[in-house]
Amino acid sequence: MTELISHRDVARLRTASPGPLAAEPAAAVVTTPGRPPVVLVDPTAGRRRTTRRRRVPPEVRRFLGPALLFALWWAVTGLGLVSDRALASPAAVLGAARELWRSGDLVDSLGASLYRVGAGVLFGVGIGLALAVVAGFFRAASDVVDSAMNFLRTIPVIALLPLIIVWIGIGESAKIFLITVGVAFPIYMNTYAAIRGVDARLVEAGQTFGLGRFGLVRSVIVPGAAPGFLVGLRWALGVAWLLLVFAEQVNTDSGLGYLLNSAQSWNRTDIIVLCLVVYGILGLVSDGLVRILERTLLSWRRGFDGT
Amino acid sequence: MAPRLRRNVSTQDPQHPAYAAGADPAPGVGGGVAVLARAGTDDAGGPAAAGRGAAVRVRGLRRVFGEHVVLDGLDLTIAPGEFVALLGRSGSGKSTLIRILGGFDDGVEGEVLAARRRSVVFQESRLLPWKRVLPNVTLGLSGRDVADRGRAALAEVGLSGRERSWPATLSGGEAQRVALARALVREPELLMLDEPFGALDALTRIRMHALLQQLCRRHQPAVLFVTHDVDEAILLADRVIVLTEGRFSLDVPVDVASPRRRTDPAFDRLRVTLLAELGVDDLADGSH
Repeated sequence: MTELISHRDVARLRTASPGPLAAEPAAAVVTTPGRPPVVLVDPTAGRRRTTRRRRVPPEVRRFLGPALLFALWWAVTGLGLVSDRALASPAAVLGAARELWRSGDLVDSLGASLYRVGAGVLFGVGIGLALAVVAGFFRAASDVVDSAMNFLRTIPVIALLPLIIVWIGIGESAKIFLITVGVAFPIYMNTYAAIRGVDARLVEAGQTFGLGRFGLVRSVIVPGAAPGFLVGLRWALGVAWLLLVFAEQVNTDSGLGYLLNSAQSWNRTDIIVLCLVVYGILGLVSDGLVRILERTLLSWRRGFDGT
Repeated sequence: MAPRLRRNVSTQDPQHPAYAAGADPAPGVGGGVAVLARAGTDDAGGPAAAGRGAAVRVRGLRRVFGEHVVLDGLDLTIAPGEFVALLGRSGSGKSTLIRILGGFDDGVEGEVLAARRRSVVFQESRLLPWKRVLPNVTLGLSGRDVADRGRAALAEVGLSGRERSWPATLSGGEAQRVALARALVREPELLMLDEPFGALDALTRIRMHALLQQLCRRHQPAVLFVTHDVDEAILLADRVIVLTEGRFSLDVPVDVASPRRRTDPAFDRLRVTLLAELGVDDLADGSH
């Protein structure tokens, strides 16, 4: 025998008093002779989706966070909560951007910085990848290379700066060298781990079906290690921008860091904030590039994207 | 575990019987498995192999891991076209034998000869997740008609039209069928299957049995089918071998009229015998 009970009456179930029948029962008491009564409740109770939720497109949601920050900035400066000296308003920053764009300073600085980061990332990725491949494929090499890399990794890269200046001076190559060193480590660590982590069962399957050494590398090891390499690349790009700021503090007459330092001595917070915004945009752009690379290289993955 | 790109030959005994015996040590296909020509001059083969050559010939095979003797003096001959099921409890060394015949194990003692063209279907499909279905099937093959051969093999396992699917989008049964196509496209003389349907649901498994039987009739490879499922072994095999603690404890032909039915008294008698050999007596009534 089954009794249907409404939401309102679920709480009263303990006293087992029968309630009025509801259109959509939230619970029911089932009684079978000779057995204790069983209370059935709707497991989805209260959380049922009655209408389709309006979904905000992910691009819009992604944009929402920065937009909120921007609004906060605008409000804080526009309402005069902080002085213009301490933090320039968005309008002032836009004005500074226009001024520096017209004079060509912004383009020159950007070009110089992009060149340094680009060259440093190129060399760093090349070296890190080469070391990871050698250490990943040859057991003898791995003993030597991996222990050395793990030892060197513990030294903060910025601490190398004095030594770099002694070795190769304070010119352009010193800046590129610093970024190269900083980039090589995350690339190496992640790629090496990824190569060593390639599923041995897939390697065995490849051997069974007649893949030679080169075929194994091309068809199994490289694609298998690609996700790890891309994680390293993303990390390395973050390191590269960080080291750029440090490198450009040392005797420079061009680049974003130089512009930043000069703005500080000119007391121009609008230019300082402009530089920070440009750094932010550059970081976003490089992250987006890796994202595109991931989407094309790892299109085979049907990973978990979150809900 | 590190990818095994190098075969560490130096750790092996140079006086190794597997190398001393028979032909050249298998160019390209690794391990201590020597090549056995299909039309081999085979005089010492078992009764089934006599005068017909053999796809597998193993004499006095031993495999020791440290102190632990996993395979202890095995003799095995599989005739061309013969379907042999290998039963054994887990840990009895079934997979070790497959690994040795597949050429993945360097540390063997004894004579080990296996057909040059051999393929393996593993328990997991082991498809490369970053290659679509067709390149997975034709993996390691070269030649102009490779894609057509791959398509034909996929058609044989009933997967026409899935050539461009990613492995991650396949169901378990579909993935195993692709693995079968990948094994068969090579026209193997010896097909080894290591619990290939162990991870599939019961309904898919029944369909896979029919498919495997049909494919074996058409291609006539010698088959070594490792399983722990007694019914599966009786349904499919010409001969069943039981591996117990590193030795073959039973080697019986399957004399059940086809089409084989579980209700056939001969089927049931063999099942009871095999289960008893595997140490399961309490199911002697044959129903489970």
